[in-house]
Amino acid sequence: MEVKTIAGTQVNVSDDGYLEDMSQWNEEIAKEIANEVNIELTDKHFEVINYLREKTSAGEALTIRKVGKSGIVDIKGLYKLFPKGPLKFSSKIAGIPKPTSCV
Amino acid sequence: METKEVAKKADIKEKKPLEKVCMICAKGSLEDVYATLVMANGAVMEGIETKVFFTFFGLDGITKKSMNHLHTATTGNPAMRMPGGLPFPTMLGGLPGVESAVSGMMRKQMEALDMPPVDEFLEMITAGGGEIYACKLAIDMFKLEKEDLSDEVSDIITIGEFYEMCDGDRTQIIFT
Repeated sequence: MEVKTIAGTQVNVSDDGYLEDMSQWNEEIAKEIANEVNIELTDKHFEVINYLREKTSAGEALTIRKVGKSGIVDIKGLYKLFPKGPLKFSSKIAGIPKPTSCV
Repeated sequence: METKEVAKKADIKEKKPLEKVCMICAKGSLEDVYATLVMANGAVMEGIETKVFFTFFGLDGITKKSMNHLHTATTGNPAMRMPGGLPFPTMLGGLPGVESAVSGMMRKQMEALDMPPVDEFLEMITAGGGEIYACKLAIDMFKLEKEDLSDEVSDIITIGEFYEMCDGDRTQIIFT
């Protein structure tokens, strides 16, 4: 664990760069992390991100299948939004812990 | 002296992440097919190029008629347990309907963990760019046609053609 400054805010991040405390997150932080993985955030991205944050706050485990059934985006669309890391990159940008699910 | 230097070189070697995973599924039991699907989907989710080759009884996992009704063996399976954890008598496993019931229970438990049925799992893999292939020799042997297979199967190919796709020095082939 280390303290890192992202978008002018000091946040605690894990070794992999995931925010340790999701309440430290804001949209500017999201944009800067997205930039690191070459993703430019659109409204659709934020819909997914907010969904992930809601589910995480509720203590639910996340899977791409669940996101695909959320009505926001299907799995193909999710891969388009977050190429090569539909759950990994989206979680990182959403400021939630690294996903622990295999599906 | 020389070996020491080699070891030193290995220590400073940069990390080379996996770029491509090629999987071969040759068995058709519930656990064999799911092992393949979970590993394939996991690779796609990690951004790794993924190709899966189904052959022999593994074809059950991509055949429309059978893919969502796969069974786990209740006889000859020493790891099989009763729901409470007691050993599962082989004689019981041989009774008609027992294998179906046990397999149904397993599928229900997997569903509870958000593991999709096989047809949907295949869709998830291809949605992320993973590719599914069927073995030509096995297709001929079981007298199957392309129409019998899941729509997610991109082609029926030979093992030679599959190996051609497995090029690259950061590629691994996994046999399940």
